[in-house]
Amino acid sequence: MSAEQTHSQPVKSHQVDARRLLCPLPVIRTQDAAAKLQTGELLTVTSTDPGAKLDIPCWCRINGHEVIEIKEQDHEIIITIKVNQEG
Amino acid sequence: MKPQPTEKQRKAVALISGGLDSMLAVKVIQEQGIHVEGINFFTGFCVEGHTHAVRKKHKDKQKRNNALWVAEQLGIKLHIVDVVEEYKDVLLNPVHGYGKNVNPCLDCKTFMVKKAVEWIKEHDFDFIITGEVVGQRPMSQRRETMPIVAKDSGSDDLLVRPLSAQQLPATLPEREGWLDREKMYDFSGRTRKPQMALAAQYGFKDYAQPAGGCCMLTDESYAVKLKDMWANRPSRAYELDDIIMLKMGRHFRLAPHLKLIIGREEGENNFMQGYKNQFVSIFPTSHPGALCLVDGEFKSDEELNQALALVARYSQGKNAPEVTLNVRQIDGTEQEYTIPPMAADEINKEWIV
Repeated sequence: MSAEQTHSQPVKSHQVDARRLLCPLPVIRTQDAAAKLQTGELLTVTSTDPGAKLDIPCWCRINGHEVIEIKEQDHEIIITIKVNQEG
Repeated sequence: MKPQPTEKQRKAVALISGGLDSMLAVKVIQEQGIHVEGINFFTGFCVEGHTHAVRKKHKDKQKRNNALWVAEQLGIKLHIVDVVEEYKDVLLNPVHGYGKNVNPCLDCKTFMVKKAVEWIKEHDFDFIITGEVVGQRPMSQRRETMPIVAKDSGSDDLLVRPLSAQQLPATLPEREGWLDREKMYDFSGRTRKPQMALAAQYGFKDYAQPAGGCCMLTDESYAVKLKDMWANRPSRAYELDDIIMLKMGRHFRLAPHLKLIIGREEGENNFMQGYKNQFVSIFPTSHPGALCLVDGEFKSDEELNQALALVARYSQGKNAPEVTLNVRQIDGTEQEYTIPPMAADEINKEWIV
């Protein structure tokens, strides 16, 4: 099977806007959004609370989700996670 | 040999605050082979994290959510539940009244345990645990009030307090043999020594020790601001933004219809920028200085001038003959004013909330 065929089903990607929300609301918004997703789907959370950099990855470790990327731009923290509902 | 029926894995949900007591309570129950998950309720007043997140002054403090951190240390899942809306009735109409400040601790604990009862029914868990200790707190953790929490929440004998279990009547998990009462504890009183000894026994070294709990409603200066807000509004109803703003900046009550919130530092100013579409705002343009949000309205030029002079006072132009300030309306229209800053002795102490 070619790589193209392997990826013929595009991964669904979802967004959570948690800007201006303070701890623990970015985590709550992430948690509530992830609960509606299937294993393998991606969720990108944008937050302005510096605490999100620690809290969202911590929440992911506890619940078995995978952090794909954390980046910062223009005072925003953008975290992409791959949802895992198997845990 | 006849096969034995497999014993059902018993499951408990623990109220996790992020402090040491709930951490220990979970560990005690885990040691007895029970599957434990945590639940943490966000009321809007667990705002320690907010302050640390916003204020640069607190940059030395790690910006972590202690409940999540505790859950990770214990290897348990944590469910954070937003109860901001439901909690309003607990705060505004507490059946058992307030503690020293505006803390409705007994009603609050009852509310949270009641929510946990709903949660265990929904998720097929067997019982609830808390880190409560008999006599630890003056309102919700007294020997006389602990049965009230169990009764009024509907948790009855499904509520286990592992740190004080031997001081309390046996619960259903003990009577059914899911828990061994002898492997729980008999802690009581305000001393923290038994908890610290148990923490050492379990190897817990880094844990949060919030003074007066993790709730802003027990904080005197926060309570003063909340009471001021209630006293100067037609009703005590509030929104989440209202209670977060009480943590931000210096508050000056110039009149019943007018309060100024002046940022104390860059972090707060940045955060308050996000509220410029909800409040009239004032900021100095001739000198670096603090952002001010106007909660209310100016009913006279005198009030506007007082506000401008006060904001000028908190700018780097406080010793300059004049400071120019921009007043921005909610719709984005702006106007500039130039005014001498208020002298320190002109600030009416009664304005300070």
